[in-house]
Amino acid sequence: MRATTRLSLLLLAWPATVLAHARGGEAFGFLSGLRHPVSGLDHVVAMIAVGLWGAQLGAPAVWLLPITFPMVMACGGMLGLLGVALPGIEVGIAASAIVLGFAVFREARPSLWVAAVVVGVFAIFHGNAHGTELPPGADGILYSIGFVIATGLLHATGIGLGVAHRWPVGRTAVRCAGAGVALAGVLFLWQAVAGGAA
Amino acid sequence: MIRFGRGARIALATILIVARPAHGHLMTTGFGPFYDGLTHLLVSPEYLLPMIALALLAGLNGPRVGRAVLFTLPAAWLAGSVLGFLVAPHVTMPLATAAVTVVAGGLVATGKPMPLVLVAGAAIAIGGLAGGLNGIELAVTRSNPLAAAGAVAALFVLVSLVTGQVASVRAAWARIAVQVAGSWIAAIGLFMLGWAVRGR
Repeated sequence: MRATTRLSLLLLAWPATVLAHARGGEAFGFLSGLRHPVSGLDHVVAMIAVGLWGAQLGAPAVWLLPITFPMVMACGGMLGLLGVALPGIEVGIAASAIVLGFAVFREARPSLWVAAVVVGVFAIFHGNAHGTELPPGADGILYSIGFVIATGLLHATGIGLGVAHRWPVGRTAVRCAGAGVALAGVLFLWQAVAGGAA
Repeated sequence: MIRFGRGARIALATILIVARPAHGHLMTTGFGPFYDGLTHLLVSPEYLLPMIALALLAGLNGPRVGRAVLFTLPAAWLAGSVLGFLVAPHVTMPLATAAVTVVAGGLVATGKPMPLVLVAGAAIAIGGLAGGLNGIELAVTRSNPLAAAGAVAALFVLVSLVTGQVASVRAAWARIAVQVAGSWIAAIGLFMLGWAVRGR
C-alpha cells in the first residue's frame, strides 16, 4: 500500500468532530417537554380537572383558570430551578387531584378569586415537581416550551370534555369524571405517604 | 494527479488532526447570510417569543397600534443590531431576554387595552434590546452584517402576519385564545429566567 493511500485512510478514520451550526438537543428537548406532562398520571388528571371545573363554572372562570395556571405553575418551576424545593411536594400534587376532582364532583361554585387561588396554589406544586425534570442533553428552553404547551392542551381537553355538562347525561358524566380524579388523587396520596414512610 | 512531497503530506495530516471544531452560531441555510439571519430569528425561541408577544399585543390593541408596531419594532431591532454589532461588548443577557419575554407575554395575558405610545414604546425598548443582543452575537461570531437585514425582514413578515390576524378577530373566544397564548409565553419566560440563573 502506498504511503499516500495509508495517510488518506488514517485521516478518514480520524476525523475531527465538527460542531459548527448544529445545536444539539432541540427536537429532543421540545419533545421531552411535550411528552412529560402526559407521562405522569398525577399531572394529567389534575390538569384535566382544572379544565372540567372551569367548564362547570363558566365565564369568566373558564378562561381565567387556564390563563392563571401556566403562569403560576411556571413560578413554581422557576423556584425549583433556583433550588427551592417545596416541602411535601408529592402530597401537594396528590391533594390537587383530590380537591379539584371533588370540586368537579360537587359542582362547587366558589367566588372567582377563591377558585383562582385554589388552582394557583396547586399549580406551584406541579411546576416545582415537573417543570424542572430536564432529561440529560435536552435544551432547557425548548423543554419548557413543550411542557407549557402540553399542559395548556390538557386544560383544553378538560374544557372540551366539560362542555358536555350542558346536557343531563353529560353533567352526570363530568361529575363522575371528577369523582374518578378525586379517587386517583387518594391513590397518589397513599403512594406519596407510603413512599415517604419507606 | 497532484503529487505532494513527504513533508507536505505530514504537514497536511498534522493540520487536519489537530484542527479544533468550529463553534459557529448562525445556522447555515446555504442561501447566504441574509437567509441565515432570517432563519436564525425563527429558530431562536429566546428572540422569537417576545417578538410574537409584542405582535399579539399590538393586534389586541387594534389596527392603529398594529400599524405603528409593524414599523417601530423592526426599526428598533435594526438600530439595536447595528449598535450591538459595532460596539460588540461580548456579553449575553439571558436574564434580560427572559425578563422581556415575561413582561411582553404578561401584557398580552392581561388583555387590558393599552395606549399606542405605551405599546410602541415597549416595542422600541424590547425590539432594541433583542436586536442589540443579536447584533452582538453577529459580531462575536464574525458573521456577515447582512444577516441582521435578514432578521429584520423576518420580523417584519412575522409582525405583519400575526398582528394583522389578531387585529381582525372579533369573536370573544378568539381574543381569549390570544390571551391564553400570552400566558403561555409569560410562563415560558419564567422558566427561561430559571434556566438562565441555573445556567442551562
